[in-house]
Amino acid sequence: MLEWLDAVIQGVLLGGLYALFAIGLSITYGVMRVVNIGHGDFLVLAAYLALWPVMQFHLHPFLAIVPVAALMFVFGYFLQRVLLNRTIGPNPLAPLLATFGLAIILRNGLQQIFHSDSRSFQIGQLGTDSIPVGGGIAIGVFPSIVFAVAIALTVLVSLLFTKTSIGVALRATSDDAETAGLMGIRARHTYGIALAISFALIAVGGVFAGVRTTFTPESGPSALLFAFEAVVIGGMGSLWGTFMGAVILGVAQTVGAKIAIGIGILAGHLVFLAVLFFKPTGLFARTL
Amino acid sequence: MAEFEFFNRPKIDRRRALQLAGATALASVAPLGAARAAARPIKIGLVTPTTGPLAPMGEADEFILKGVREAFKNGLATPAGTFPIEILVKDSQSNPNRAAEVAGELILQDGIDLMVVGATPENSNPVCDQCELNGVPCISTTTPWQPWFFGRGGDPAKGFQWTYHYFWGIEDILEVFTSIWKQVDTNKKVGLFLANDGDGNAWGDPKLGLPPLLTKMGFTVFDPGRFQPLSQDFSAQIAAYKKEGVEILCGVPIPPDFINFWKQARQQGFHPKVVTMGKAYSFPSVMDAMGDIGVGLSQELWWTPANPFKSSLTGITSPQLADGYEAATKRQWNGAIGFVHSMFEVAADVIKRAKNPTDKASLRDAIIATNLNTIVGHVDWSKGPMKNVCKTPLVGGQWVKGKKWPFDLIVVANTEAPEIPMAAKPIAIPY
Repeated sequence: MLEWLDAVIQGVLLGGLYALFAIGLSITYGVMRVVNIGHGDFLVLAAYLALWPVMQFHLHPFLAIVPVAALMFVFGYFLQRVLLNRTIGPNPLAPLLATFGLAIILRNGLQQIFHSDSRSFQIGQLGTDSIPVGGGIAIGVFPSIVFAVAIALTVLVSLLFTKTSIGVALRATSDDAETAGLMGIRARHTYGIALAISFALIAVGGVFAGVRTTFTPESGPSALLFAFEAVVIGGMGSLWGTFMGAVILGVAQTVGAKIAIGIGILAGHLVFLAVLFFKPTGLFARTL
Repeated sequence: MAEFEFFNRPKIDRRRALQLAGATALASVAPLGAARAAARPIKIGLVTPTTGPLAPMGEADEFILKGVREAFKNGLATPAGTFPIEILVKDSQSNPNRAAEVAGELILQDGIDLMVVGATPENSNPVCDQCELNGVPCISTTTPWQPWFFGRGGDPAKGFQWTYHYFWGIEDILEVFTSIWKQVDTNKKVGLFLANDGDGNAWGDPKLGLPPLLTKMGFTVFDPGRFQPLSQDFSAQIAAYKKEGVEILCGVPIPPDFINFWKQARQQGFHPKVVTMGKAYSFPSVMDAMGDIGVGLSQELWWTPANPFKSSLTGITSPQLADGYEAATKRQWNGAIGFVHSMFEVAADVIKRAKNPTDKASLRDAIIATNLNTIVGHVDWSKGPMKNVCKTPLVGGQWVKGKKWPFDLIVVANTEAPEIPMAAKPIAIPY
């Protein structure tokens, strides 16, 4: 019994990491109705950007998140304004192909610059420390930090969407870009902000993923897959839904692995398919 | 298939006709050719993963090629005169289909005389297949011989006609791993950490893999099952290993899976005494990424600067090769360097001994007669263990805190190759 409880606890903590992958994707999908196929590769890019100050100035990886998130915010805004806004239109295929192409350029570009070495951030003792809670169950300190940060960021972004004028603009554009335009909300700027926030969030996810294990220029697609599944399970356009979706995905994977080692990731996929089949709008869907 | 035959037949006929014509022409000028230096360069093809996930295997290429081209600059003297040597390199992008494609280009467009290839079955097998198909002599390495031989559908009775391989096999892995484990005091309970991929399934196969062999040697094997590569959570296995009291861990995972697992094992308080893995941390960059929790991990060691061998081509010793590599690239040596160099040693030796290096069959006959001491050990195809296969020595290594680099890989087991000195006895992993 305790073993199953252990699997659930580890799964919830894993869900925290997936939530960090997924919230950014949830925002861009919610506001622009566009899936960013390069999401995972931009996450890897953020990790490589953080690598530089960490290697050069021995900055603590957690501190490196701040400048990298700021940089990614600016990069996201201009990427949307200069390139991706041109692809948004009646044809949903254009932005998909554009981000797909960007992903390939990014992957091979990183390969050229950084080679294919496995990279990782080291946080020393903190990375392997844990708190025993009895019954042979131990809760890792680092996974707990990730989970806490995921909750904090979900709260912050929710507040941003409900309490600030830019949040109102984002939601209005999400509901009906044309009408929002008539009210003086410029969709192009709002889209830029949406991708900017998304990119700042994946900077956090990218660094944490790099602390948890290693990354190479090829690591992007699996992060995109888990982010996408979390968004679909939770329901498009709902931030807390996405968070819950990530936790459900994490628990499905660990409990699946508990049933039989080989079906861990498969169990996550099955839950994802079941949600698509029985409740295609997601478990917690509402408009952003 | 009818169409295939239709297109193929005339081609083969034409090639045969050309070969015949070439052979006759050659026969008539042979005395002349031997008298003066032959002008036509001998072309060696190399297909290597310069980019993509297998790129660490090809990392040493540039450095090695520089040295080899220097050694080849005056050509090679053969019984048929002195020939200039040309090396043509193509990137397989770590993709088996692309490897076959560029091998085809080297053979059909560039007209290479001899192929050398290595860097895992994904890279070497498709290239060797192309060579076998097109009748081009091929020397391959850095792939355990079973996946090379059986993975290509080899028949032990017939072997292959054009492709020859030197490296070690699964049986050597077993010997090296257990010789490390026997030196550490444990309860002999071995946990398998295997992914659901080609290597994982081959190692863990209940009939043909490690489990029956380990059981025979007195170890208790615990196999929790195959996990999906790039899994994010390993708590289920960790709990199972803890419950079974596993003290030795063995497997062949990819680096991100191992590092993720190893950090979680530490968090969950799973402390095996010995961890011996293939593939996971064979390259120093992975150890650097892991940091201090990597100290005490052990692995098989294909080539090491600690071995007493030297190059038959340039005369440099193993430590000199490693030092040269580190000085030129500012990167720590890895096990692949010696093997990349050795491919060109064998190729040069074959060309030197070939009666007529412009003739592929003559090169092939020279490969069969190889008896050469290289920087990775003795290469000689007359002894087996299988047709077309020759074995080079394998030892066991353990990662310890280093002096020049953060971590050093030292030799801790040499039962298979006593000529390579042991640096120390293996230690239990410190916690």
